[in-house]
Amino acid sequence: MKYILMMHCPRTGYELMGAWSKKAVADHIAFMHALNKDLREAGELAAAEGLADPKQAVIVRVGKDGAPVTDGVFPESKEFLAGYWIVDVESEKRAHEIAARASSAPGADGKPFIIPIEVRQVMSAPPDEFVV
Amino acid sequence: MTPQMLDTQTEHLLRELAPQVLGVLLHRFRDFSVAEDAVQDSLIAAANQWPHEGTPDNPRAWLIHVATRRMTDRVRSERARLNRETAAAAERSLFVIPSFDLDSDAQDDTLVLLFMCCHPALTPASAIALTLRAVGGLTTAEIASAFLVPESTMAQRITRAKGIIKSSGVRFHSPSSKERAERLRAVLHVLYLIFNEGYTSSAGPELQRLDLSAEAIRLTRATHALLPEDPEVAGLLALMLLTDARRTARTGPAGELIPLNEQDRSLWDQAAIQDGIALLTGALQKGSVGSYTLQAAIAAVHDEARRAEDTDWRQILALYDLLKRMSDNPMVLLNHAVAAAMVHGPAAGLGLLNALDHDARLASHHRLDAVRAHLLELAGDRIAAIEHYRSAAKKTASIPERNYLLTQVARLAEHGD
Repeated sequence: MKYILMMHCPRTGYELMGAWSKKAVADHIAFMHALNKDLREAGELAAAEGLADPKQAVIVRVGKDGAPVTDGVFPESKEFLAGYWIVDVESEKRAHEIAARASSAPGADGKPFIIPIEVRQVMSAPPDEFVV
Repeated sequence: MTPQMLDTQTEHLLRELAPQVLGVLLHRFRDFSVAEDAVQDSLIAAANQWPHEGTPDNPRAWLIHVATRRMTDRVRSERARLNRETAAAAERSLFVIPSFDLDSDAQDDTLVLLFMCCHPALTPASAIALTLRAVGGLTTAEIASAFLVPESTMAQRITRAKGIIKSSGVRFHSPSSKERAERLRAVLHVLYLIFNEGYTSSAGPELQRLDLSAEAIRLTRATHALLPEDPEVAGLLALMLLTDARRTARTGPAGELIPLNEQDRSLWDQAAIQDGIALLTGALQKGSVGSYTLQAAIAAVHDEARRAEDTDWRQILALYDLLKRMSDNPMVLLNHAVAAAMVHGPAAGLGLLNALDHDARLASHHRLDAVRAHLLELAGDRIAAIEHYRSAAKKTASIPERNYLLTQVARLAEHGD
């Protein structure tokens, strides 16, 4: 079963992290590397990506002539997707365990940051006509 | 192997020989993990060389020769590594005195390998990956693409599975007669899961994916050839053939699901149906009827109906009654309710569903809602049917299925206007 684990961060998160100490940043990065390494070695990692600062993000819609019309990110969005993992695991419980570990990544003071991780199942299950 | 480079015949030959070559190596060397890698090397070498240089006169001997050479290289380098740690341990763990039965039956070896790869210590996903590689002769890249994960992830899954086999002390020999039945059940379950996984990917944009259903049928056919007297192996093979026979009718041009009662039955593969029915008949004559055989019998009743309205639902209901006694799988209970509705009317089916409302295994499962919606529609309760189709669509984890359920919602909503 595949799940996507989406790590949300507040709009100010990217700026806040820019003010962390060198050690806090290094510890945070090392934590994420270790997590990805463990997932890869467990044969559970299908994909993982971090996303660039939301300041660079735009919203795109199609215009009248079919050309893209871009717009800035709406100020009312308080949270942004900072990165995601897609894991291929035996159970939902296991996906939750991985999410909890990701949530415990260290913050500025070295303590768990308790980042909210949204867990959603990826629609890759077999249709069940055959399952009797 | 790179299938686009190999003709089908060579590919089949390599895949068939893969477990035999691994069996020979395992009689000479103890380390399953290294031996399995060496066989994979030899298959890749064959896939690269044979198309240019021609298939050797004795392909099996060629593969054994190359795999043994790779094995020796790998053992040497492994030994060099271990020597730096403890030389004595290396001697003990990597070499065994050549066993007296070097010429033992290649067929038996394939069966023993299946038992190893489907060992209950492994998770289903690991057992599937290892079986496809060590017994199926597929490359890691092919298996990874079939499951839509990166090759490195699949490689790690296989390495880990081999590590678990090693640490569990699973040896390359047949299970004792005491545990044989249970181990065979585990093998059949893995084959069933491979087939089911293939069932997901046989439609639409995923056509380029490796055909896991065909691979499951090939492996189950091989298992049946090794154990012709086992009725459940024949039953599982029959179930796969009788189900796979409907493959082309099961999906529309855009990959949309077509339910059994709306399929164009002229598209069903009659040769596969005849093959399946012959196997099923043989299995039923053996006396003890297992759950795969019963499921095959149900599939056969569907396959034998020329039109959906000709379906012998009484017989299907009787078969589900038997299956229900054998299995507490909630899906069996749901299908039993559908069969009861077809025989005794929708109210009877809906009554059976009410009893399942408190089954924790079904609480968040879309299939309870989908079946209820279907029976409510048969009972003429359009509004309630829409509501349950909608609720099922929210719960399913399959895109074709969600599209199907939403189409039912739209169809019923339009009918009301």
